[in-house]
Amino acid sequence: MADKAIAEVISLKVTLMIRRFDPEVDSEAKWVDYDIEMYGTDRVLDALHKVKWEIDGSLTFRRSCAHGVCGSDAMRINGRNRLACKTLIKDLDLSQPIYIEPIKGLPVEKDLIVDMNPFYQAYRDINPFLMANDKPKRERLQSPEDRARYDDTTKCILCAACTTSCPVFWTDGQYFGPAAIVNAHRFIFDSRDEGAEVRLDILNDKEGVWRCRTTFNCTEACPRGIEVTKAIAEVKQAILKGRA
Amino acid sequence: MAVIIETPNSPRTKKQANWEKYGWLFMRVSGPLLIVLVFTHLISNLVVGEGIKAIDFAFVAGKWADPFWQVWDLAMLWLAMIHGTNGMRTIVNDYAEHETVRKSLITILWAVCGLLVLLGTLVIFTFDPCPAGAAVELLPSFCPVN
Ligand code: SF4
Ligand code: FES
Repeated sequence: MADKAIAEVISLKVTLMIRRFDPEVDSEAKWVDYDIEMYGTDRVLDALHKVKWEIDGSLTFRRSCAHGVCGSDAMRINGRNRLACKTLIKDLDLSQPIYIEPIKGLPVEKDLIVDMNPFYQAYRDINPFLMANDKPKRERLQSPEDRARYDDTTKCILCAACTTSCPVFWTDGQYFGPAAIVNAHRFIFDSRDEGAEVRLDILNDKEGVWRCRTTFNCTEACPRGIEVTKAIAEVKQAILKGRA
Repeated sequence: MAVIIETPNSPRTKKQANWEKYGWLFMRVSGPLLIVLVFTHLISNLVVGEGIKAIDFAFVAGKWADPFWQVWDLAMLWLAMIHGTNGMRTIVNDYAEHETVRKSLITILWAVCGLLVLLGTLVIFTFDPCPAGAAVELLPSFCPVN
């Protein structure tokens, strides 16, 4: 039984085109192609592993959980930001090579690894923690409705797929970017939090929410299905109304 | 005694008046307004009455003799110029990489916008519907020469 099921898994011949850059050797990035044989159940991450483990050990990329939880392996696959560990090879157009590049808008350090510090700095700047002055003896209670208000934005795994798909961020690295706004949204609309005004003030900046041009690239890129553009619009509304 | 740790999360350095917010608001307000202004303008000029054939010097002179159309055209001029220039400014912000280039392009944009708005306003309010010595058949009916 088990043998039969395994035998049915199709095998695919795929060509990977990977954007490689070694700061110690290269002056600029180049495309390198790898022909490999993969199973229909494999993901792009498995293909990268195959290259790294069997063909070229110097291929460098981040991954940790391999199951779409940690957010370390966001990359540009066939021109779209995705998590390599959540992208099945058989879902891609295999009549042409699979193009894999680092996410755009952050400095490339090596191969698929970019410097995430500017991204995290924007995250830090919006105070991503509960701000409350009361000193309760037990946990702070919240109604299911109040919890539902910001449920969508609690799902963020900080993979940077949204921020690095944003054309405003590509040309203006100062822009807070969708991910920072999503995480601000998560606290701004939390009934237990008292720091909404501080955060709204931070995002009511030249490089804050007004930079957003509702391109919807972020919503499309988010591997967690967060309605990023909607969250940004809600923050804009909150700023206009002066409160969440 | 309890140790008091100063709040580590005070907002960053305060900025002055926030133009981005008002710019954003202006775009949302002027956009719908312009749709009404421009399409009413087009329909009243090109469709109703004799349609496009009616347009000549007398037609324009007649319109600008009416304060209603003066205000209408003025609103259209100001809103369209500022809306368009602000849109261009956003594009420049996106694509101009060097700060000096960006600054100069934006300065030029607003200078051109200011000049056009000024000229347009001047024309709307100082327009003479019955210029002396003009051919009589070109003038609107209310001119004294008729
Ligand atoms: S909002 Fe979505 S795309 Fe953006 S960082 Fe969070 S999980 Fe990634
Ligand atoms: S490796 Fe953790 S999200 Fe892909």
